[in-house]
Amino acid sequence: MKIWSSLLAVVALVLIAWLGTGVAGLYTVFGVGIPYLAFLIFALGFIYRILKWGRSPVPFCIPTTCGQEKSLPWIKHNKIENPSGTAGVVGRMILEILFFRSLFRNLKTEKRGDKLGFGSAKWLWLGGLAFHWSMLIILLRHLRFFLDPVPSLVRGLDGLDSFLQIGLPILYITDIIIVAALLYLLARRLFVPQVRYISLASDYFPLFLLLGIVTSGILMRYFLRVDVVSVKELALGLVTLRPTVPTDIGSIFFIHVFLVSSLFAYFPWSKLMHAGGIFLSPTRNMANNSRRVRHINPWNYPVDVHSYAEYEAEFKEKMKKAGVPVETE
Amino acid sequence: MAKLPKQDELLQISYKPPKTPWMDLPVDFKPGTYCHGAKGKDLQAVGFPNARDWSPGEEDWKLPEEWKDTVLAGMADRLGKYRSFRLFMDVCVRCGACADKCHFYMGSGDPKNMPVLRAELMRSVYRRYFTKSGQLFGRLAGARDLTVDVLKEWWYYFYQCTECRRCSVFCPYGIDQAEITIMGRELLNLLGLNTEWISGPVANCYMKGNHVGLEPHTMVSNIEYLVDDIETLTGIHITPSFNRKGAEILFVVPSGDYYADPGMYTCMGYLMLFEELGLDYTWSTYAGEGGNFGFFTSNEMAKRLNAKIYAEAKRLGVKWILGGECGHMWRVLNQYMDTWNGPADFLEEPVSPITGTKFTNATSTKMVHIAEFTADLIHHNKIKLDPSRNDNLRVTFHDSCNPARGMGILEEPRYIIKNVCNNFFEMPEDTIREKTLCCGSGAGLNPGENMEVRLRGGFPRANAVKYVQEKHGVNMLANICAVDRVALPTLMDYWVPGVGVCGVHELVGNALVMKGEKKRETDMRGEPLPERSAEA
Repeated sequence: MKIWSSLLAVVALVLIAWLGTGVAGLYTVFGVGIPYLAFLIFALGFIYRILKWGRSPVPFCIPTTCGQEKSLPWIKHNKIENPSGTAGVVGRMILEILFFRSLFRNLKTEKRGDKLGFGSAKWLWLGGLAFHWSMLIILLRHLRFFLDPVPSLVRGLDGLDSFLQIGLPILYITDIIIVAALLYLLARRLFVPQVRYISLASDYFPLFLLLGIVTSGILMRYFLRVDVVSVKELALGLVTLRPTVPTDIGSIFFIHVFLVSSLFAYFPWSKLMHAGGIFLSPTRNMANNSRRVRHINPWNYPVDVHSYAEYEAEFKEKMKKAGVPVETE
Repeated sequence: MAKLPKQDELLQISYKPPKTPWMDLPVDFKPGTYCHGAKGKDLQAVGFPNARDWSPGEEDWKLPEEWKDTVLAGMADRLGKYRSFRLFMDVCVRCGACADKCHFYMGSGDPKNMPVLRAELMRSVYRRYFTKSGQLFGRLAGARDLTVDVLKEWWYYFYQCTECRRCSVFCPYGIDQAEITIMGRELLNLLGLNTEWISGPVANCYMKGNHVGLEPHTMVSNIEYLVDDIETLTGIHITPSFNRKGAEILFVVPSGDYYADPGMYTCMGYLMLFEELGLDYTWSTYAGEGGNFGFFTSNEMAKRLNAKIYAEAKRLGVKWILGGECGHMWRVLNQYMDTWNGPADFLEEPVSPITGTKFTNATSTKMVHIAEFTADLIHHNKIKLDPSRNDNLRVTFHDSCNPARGMGILEEPRYIIKNVCNNFFEMPEDTIREKTLCCGSGAGLNPGENMEVRLRGGFPRANAVKYVQEKHGVNMLANICAVDRVALPTLMDYWVPGVGVCGVHELVGNALVMKGEKKRETDMRGEPLPERSAEA
């Protein structure tokens, strides 16, 4: 149910784009209106979500420490895994965001007879990293459609990504990697029993959607060739806010654009917001220095305590008998 | 207490999830797997709502009529107060990296003990009442209504989490199940849904100054009893002081160390060390508890109990505070105390009177961990040690969850152990330091009635101990946590017979050569010293 409904939703999106452009010829709607709307939803939604998280304060200093604290000068302090200040936190966050440090620790717990064993389990880390980095490179590559002249950095990236020089048009390595990584991530969700057990429709849907985007993109580049000049014209028009609508690009392009638009519009309201959330995670972005620097809780309020005077009033005789000094006679 | 199941019965663990979706699996309140319900009088003592006697095994939990509104309002309030809570409700992608990191999952195979699912118990309700998608799509979006059964499920599984944070080490977004469990328990406490084993000590600590409910004269006589034992052992008579104004240092320990075997040997170690140093310190009967079961209840309750430490330090006019070996105590002291009850501007920045070392990492809280203090002494050669007195022991070290993952005190205790023992062996790398495995009894889960769950939760730790027992003949599991000292002996007897449990300062006390002491015949536990037994 969760799986089929997610897959059907993506198929429906493809059909909508195909019917909308190939049959109804609504090129302006699918080429201009929807992309603008989606981008607006994405940008505003993203900001809204970040602000919403940001509005909740961080009352306590709760980093998860994964190494030796800074204590005595002769004990080697782990500056990254247990940061004591901003520099360490920045280092920790860079490792976390760019290289998925925590996921790299992953272990597999196995029961061997009446014993437990722990084995290395780096596939999830590798699959996740492969997907996210390919995605980033592909996004940056797409800048060549939106910028004129194309910056040398983007051209360089393009060259690197296609250095294998296979086929015409030249094959991008990231196209292969992202498909493999997405299929791996989908496969483990389908076939690892625990992961399947915890998965929701909202875990399958983004995977199918991304696969749809990647597939339509690959089809368009390598098989159902579209007119790149027209594509660039449309893209540049969108960016410069002077949109023109070429009608001769072919439905596969509009399917691709519609799926991307769907992803953008869906992003802020979904688990994909982990992209923004990771920056705010208090167990990772705080320094373990709460004994040295007082952390302030903005809503700290006075509480009822059992005072020493109340305590002594109850136990004075017993204290005196035991030779414990008291305040009042 | 339910009859203890046999090992091979407990080890029938399958990690294969059931066919039934988890939302359709009701909780089975099977004796041995849950704690007794809180007693009305204990809740009343600290002014908690819905104070009444109740039993989790019974159908009727005697909930107030408006319970659902209370929980949802409480949730809304906390979502606005804790970024961790709101964020951790939203950003999980269910990658499953945490799934097999929880000791309760490893020991039970219960899918709801996967941290991700334990969190989903709460998230599903969050989605239903606090997100549009949950309101629109319901179950398809992973949302469900808050019902009495859901509430019972929360109670069962949030009191089957030791807040050990191991899952948080592996989560790519740092999602910490402890934060969610803490919130879950706060909400449950709005309805008087605590356990007897937590709310009893909370009431004791509030009224009497320590969890175990020792009144001042009893605490004094307990320490004096240990003083007598030290005199028998060493010939040296110690006269500790209580509630003494003008002492340089206030010393605070977890109350289990006053009387419980083997925690009391750790306490003897403290007493002997301070005597040997001539340390100007005092105990307090009012702030006689470093541990904080309030932390397993609500942040407010934890703050109310913790307040006594600074209040007492101020009243007595001490310069700084030294804290004993305890796990969650140090999570609280390191990450919460100063925020709750600081600033401690009436104290001085801590300096060791023996070595002159400034504890620059504690300049705001003014509270130093005894392992830091003792490691510094040893590093400066200030105490005479004879590690051969511990030669009958082959020691391994269990990193307690909170000091490891909520502080990072990893090397100090190891440094001390290596200086007071000749035989030290580490457990496998994936089971120590930040990846340490919980004793399975933390966060207030160490009564007797839930023994099956404790044994299951403790199995992964015991499994690693067994490894070093077989490989290196390890016979002693050292730690810096009072709950460990109470909980692990039972666990070792069951899973790894032949391995004892001790605090690090017990080993220090044994190895410490005191000025003017008589020739020791035995260690603190009355066991003949190794060279003696070799002669015999």
